[in-house]
Amino acid sequence: MSNVLSFGTAAPEQILGEKEVIRVDGVWKSFDEGRIQVLSDVSFNVNQGEVIALWGSSGSGKSTLLHLLGGLDAADEGSVSVCGLDPAVEKNRLRLRREYIGFIFQLHNLLPDLTMRENCWIPAMASRLARQEVDQRFEELTSWLKVEHRRDRRIRELSGGERQRTAICRALMHRPKLVLADEPTGSLDEQNGEQVFKLLYELAKREQVTVVMATHERRFAERCDRHILLRDGHVDCRD
Amino acid sequence: MHFSKLVFLSLWRHRIRAAIGSAGIAFGVAAMLSVLSVVLGAIGMFEKILSTDSQYLVFEKNVSDLFFSSVPEDQVAEIRDMDAVAQANPILFGIVSAPDHPVITCFGLEDADPRLRDADWLEGSLQEWRQSEGGILLGSRAAEFLKAGSGDEVPIGRQSFKVAGIIATANGFEDGGVFLKLSSAQEFFNRPGVSSIVAIKLKDDADGDAFRNAVSSRYEGLMALENEEFQQSYSQFRILKATSWAVGVCAFLLGGMGVANTMLLSVFSRIREIAVIQVCGFSKPQVGTLIILEAVLLALIGTAVGFVVGLGILELLQSLPQLQGYIQTVTSPWVWLAIFVTAEVTSIVGSLYPAWYAMKIQPAEALRYE
Ligand SMILES: Nc1ncnc2c1ncn2[C@@H]1O[C@H](COP(=O)(O)OP(=O)(O)O)[C@@H](O)[C@H]1O
Ligand SMILES: [Mg+2]
Repeated sequence: MSNVLSFGTAAPEQILGEKEVIRVDGVWKSFDEGRIQVLSDVSFNVNQGEVIALWGSSGSGKSTLLHLLGGLDAADEGSVSVCGLDPAVEKNRLRLRREYIGFIFQLHNLLPDLTMRENCWIPAMASRLARQEVDQRFEELTSWLKVEHRRDRRIRELSGGERQRTAICRALMHRPKLVLADEPTGSLDEQNGEQVFKLLYELAKREQVTVVMATHERRFAERCDRHILLRDGHVDCRD
Repeated sequence: MHFSKLVFLSLWRHRIRAAIGSAGIAFGVAAMLSVLSVVLGAIGMFEKILSTDSQYLVFEKNVSDLFFSSVPEDQVAEIRDMDAVAQANPILFGIVSAPDHPVITCFGLEDADPRLRDADWLEGSLQEWRQSEGGILLGSRAAEFLKAGSGDEVPIGRQSFKVAGIIATANGFEDGGVFLKLSSAQEFFNRPGVSSIVAIKLKDDADGDAFRNAVSSRYEGLMALENEEFQQSYSQFRILKATSWAVGVCAFLLGGMGVANTMLLSVFSRIREIAVIQVCGFSKPQVGTLIILEAVLLALIGTAVGFVVGLGILELLQSLPQLQGYIQTVTSPWVWLAIFVTAEVTSIVGSLYPAWYAMKIQPAEALRYE
């Protein structure tokens, strides 16, 4: 059931509610030809500038839901709209990834033999952004993330916290509207996890970026603007 | 950072693997370069011998190899008397052997042959040779490898010949050869009264067609070809050229499989990374291009190394006394270009499947196992 809205000619931003970035409506998702039911009738909205926690235990379907939002997978039923586009449609995916969405993963998923700067260039390279603008953005973000002294270090020389900050930097390079973060603190110790969460939260607020962050940790879920609890395939939205 | 840097870094991270892939291409290039150089070099020299001071060659029709061609003396004389003909020089080819040198090309020539007149006489003189009784001339290189000088006796075949002079021509092939008087050669090779070919110089270039027609209508068994036509139609040359290209292409096929293998391995080990760059906005064509460009870079490095190695091999072959005069490095830019293009194309073809595989990677699947 693809979203009819995405076929309109109006600018996608104008189709959703004024401040709505994500609208998920009656989404079902299963694997193994229905044997593993992961999401059952999931619906929720996210507004512009919100930092939302997608909270649930391991295996509750957080990653699956993020994948649907990012166009890495398609729902069995129901509609998903991200920045006014249906991510299940092939031609929207590239546009979403290049213009609207930044991804952060539990494992940093950086290229270990490349430097921090080179890694952050990857989204810019894909979208052929202007060099000067990219360099400037990189300087700005790395200063903000307090890793400016590591800019030209290879990823394999960086600590876990520094790697995750690089991942945040890469996700924000192209000034996305929405960041999808899949357990960004999951591989870090308590102190580093705390720092990375704080940086991500503050940066999101500063840049007016919407964040959907999957986490299984209550301490982070409760500090987001809102959390969406995932349990047995159903959602439960709380403030 | 530029796309090309990503291409370079991707290879650099697995240098050993990249080097092995490159080596395949390098061997292909080196093989093709040396085989072609040897073959085209030999053909080139042969062509020069044939075309010295002549425009047409007359030889026996339908003969597979000029060594088997026979043109009888009386017909040579008749051709020489034709109005259009300025000069007709019969040459008898043969292979002789000397101790340690099983293959030496032998030329039976008349005294008046322009080849001798134009040669550089390092020892002896045309006059002395004319007067000598069954004396031979050595090409400069032949003199070197036979370690003989003017006045020495050289054993050739079952006979022994006295060296009457040493000559150098512009042509390496001739310099590795032995020159006999036509009559001595006919006797030595037991081919009385014949030559292999007649090199013809016409009074007027415009008479070419008339001359050719005259030869084929008057002599059932002969044909005349312009030098250029001859080079293209002479079957030995064609077979040699085809063989060398075939050997080269086989070498390249192996090289291409090497690239395919290297790139496939590279893609397999980078599935996660490829998924990540897709998530960062790389389109499928961009992913495919990345892989193909990596293969192109492999091929560029391989080609460069191959050219160096190939030239090294040729240098080595040229320094072997047994092969003196038979090898001439290919200098034609077209051959170099052809080798270069073949290397790149093979490499690109070899990277198509790996590129297709990379384009098919599903990020969700690849990123699932954290
Ligand atoms: N591609 C897949 N094939 C089969 N099962 C899957 C697939 N992706 C996820 N699952 C299953 O779906 C459930 C939810 O997974 P996931 O979304 O990764 O949970 P979470 O991120 O909350 O830990 C798990 O039981 C997992 O095994
Ligand atoms: Mg997960």
